[in-house]
Amino acid sequence: MPAAHAAGIFIQYHRDAMPLLAVDNLTVSFPTADGTVRAVRGLSFSVEAGKTLGVVGESGSGKSVSALTMLGLNPGADITGSAVFNGKELLTMSQHELRKIRGAEIAMIFQDPLSSLHPHFRVGWQIAEAIRAHTSASKQDAMSQAVELLRLVNIPQPERRVEAYPHEMSGGMRQRVMIAMALALKPKLLIADEPTTALDATVQAQLMELLIQMQNELGMAMIIITHDLGVIASVADEVLVMYAGRAAERADARTIFFSPHHPYTRGLLGSVPSATGVVGSRLTPIVGSPPSLISVPSGCGFHPRCPFAMETCIDDQPDLIPIAAGPNHTSACWLPPDMTGVGIAMDTARQRYASTHRGARSAKLPGVIAAVEGAAVYA
Amino acid sequence: MTRFLIRRIVFGLITLWVIITLVFVLYYARPGVDPARELAGRAVTPALLENINKEYGFNLPVIVQYWNYLKRLVPIPGQFNLGTSNVNRLPVTTIIAQAVPIDISLAVGSAILWMVLGISVGVLAARRPRSLWDRGATVFVLTGVSMPTFILGLLLLYVLYYLLTIHGIAIFPKPGSWTPFTQNPLEWAHDLLLPWITLALITAATYSRLTRSSLLETLGEDYIRTARAKGLSERRVVYRHGLRSSLTPIVTQFGIDLATVLGGAIITESIFGLPGLGLTVVQAIEVENLPVVIGIVLVASFFVVAANIVVDALYAVLDPRVRVS
Repeated sequence: MPAAHAAGIFIQYHRDAMPLLAVDNLTVSFPTADGTVRAVRGLSFSVEAGKTLGVVGESGSGKSVSALTMLGLNPGADITGSAVFNGKELLTMSQHELRKIRGAEIAMIFQDPLSSLHPHFRVGWQIAEAIRAHTSASKQDAMSQAVELLRLVNIPQPERRVEAYPHEMSGGMRQRVMIAMALALKPKLLIADEPTTALDATVQAQLMELLIQMQNELGMAMIIITHDLGVIASVADEVLVMYAGRAAERADARTIFFSPHHPYTRGLLGSVPSATGVVGSRLTPIVGSPPSLISVPSGCGFHPRCPFAMETCIDDQPDLIPIAAGPNHTSACWLPPDMTGVGIAMDTARQRYASTHRGARSAKLPGVIAAVEGAAVYA
Repeated sequence: MTRFLIRRIVFGLITLWVIITLVFVLYYARPGVDPARELAGRAVTPALLENINKEYGFNLPVIVQYWNYLKRLVPIPGQFNLGTSNVNRLPVTTIIAQAVPIDISLAVGSAILWMVLGISVGVLAARRPRSLWDRGATVFVLTGVSMPTFILGLLLLYVLYYLLTIHGIAIFPKPGSWTPFTQNPLEWAHDLLLPWITLALITAATYSRLTRSSLLETLGEDYIRTARAKGLSERRVVYRHGLRSSLTPIVTQFGIDLATVLGGAIITESIFGLPGLGLTVVQAIEVENLPVVIGIVLVASFFVVAANIVVDALYAVLDPRVRVS
């Protein structure tokens, strides 16, 4: 059994040997007048070519910062660690080299397409500009490519629409323009930072569909950053849950949804409205709000809000350890590795385990008090 | 857009009418003042007053005088009439027509200088906030804003004209030199160089401050992040995407400043002996030459009103979002 286990790890290692993007122990901090903001505190993940990674977490969990850092778009940040893309280290690359990768090999789309498009330039011009930044295409060539790209992302009357200004389009159209611009140079990796957050629910679904369709056609890898687990449920091959600048849990989407280990993942699932949920069941918010990244809590960053916090959680920071529930499933939590899943029975088991490991300090934590009083028992 | 412009022009005309009326009240209809006596000079005789009253209609009811005054200002050839100078009996329009080319020359040259200087210093400061460049720009701005024109002008004259000339390096012409552009463009520029520099240094400070704050704000926008994420060069991001959006406040300020100089740069013209509207109005005030003062006030306010309309029209050119509303 130990031999098989070792072999499994070896095979695993081999398969991951050349991921498209491998981020290792990334830390990002910003010196400010109030103190150092530790936005990312030791984050590791990888994305394989053609696959989709969903990155989930609340605002301020370091999702966007990590993405922007890889592209060198965080001026003034202190960065350590490594991010190897296609065999090249991004974090030590000169701005000049990075510029060639940005937009061409790694493209990015952002949350609010109205503020992300330049208000004074026509959308076709903005797409053509991206093409001309990386190729020697003539103005006319780039413009006709822009028309084709708009057609590709299903914008009606693309010949007319290239002449439009962003404010003349709807939110969904604008985000399609952003996608067209990002796809212009057939990137190997597309980072979508909250791509549908600013849009209507119906438009959200259409855009996610479009992204999947584009991924299938172009064979690119995607990182979809969102605070909404629902957005990536059907899209992501793997999901990375982030909390306070660190990875809380990582697994394939199915495992994350049905056998989560980390109480934070469990909490996120409890606060997502479900179409198949029990009638009359209530959403359960996570107690409190994300911590200040200037003074991150000791030990496990989630312990002040965690209903299952124990004495050790206050003192010791857990590392990602393998969890049995799925292949490649890892979680950074002191609860036993076999305590995975949702449902009242499992929550009761977690609570029972935690209560035997509690001390004077952990009994007074807000999350624990709420849970013990019954206010935060997951529905 | 056309409706917007028409509305702006109507508003401009109303503004002009208010100014014209205020000027009328100030100069002709002030209570307790007899304009005929003011015109008559020192040796007043009842016969002279009678003549003046007849010629100017000062003995008519105020409302009739106001109506006649307004009629004179309707811009129709043959009817438009700003009166005649009390000093040399020349039509005020002729006096203004002689002075305006000087102000246009002053404004064009100094505006080019202050825009280039102000915007480039502002961009440098914005690209490297808190750097040595930025601090240097701050010193430049403070000096420009706090330096009175008459000190800077005199200083330039003293150093660049007087000191250089007495040491045999006569690069700059003596004050009072003026060559019309149509006569000799090179000589024209040469004669105006010092006044241009004076006006430009004083005014550029405002523009570098405006450019810096406006550009810094723009560079924090999401679409600048998009431009960088597209892989554009930093130069293109700053100048094409950043500066483009920062132009609006600069254009506003430019309209006002240009109009102000066009309406007469009183101190600069006085120091350098340039007989533009500024110097002319100062001389007219000294001898209470009311028709000339009124004429120049009206012309200067016309410039300001017109500049504001042009600026509003420019907004629409600069920002497509203005065109729809």
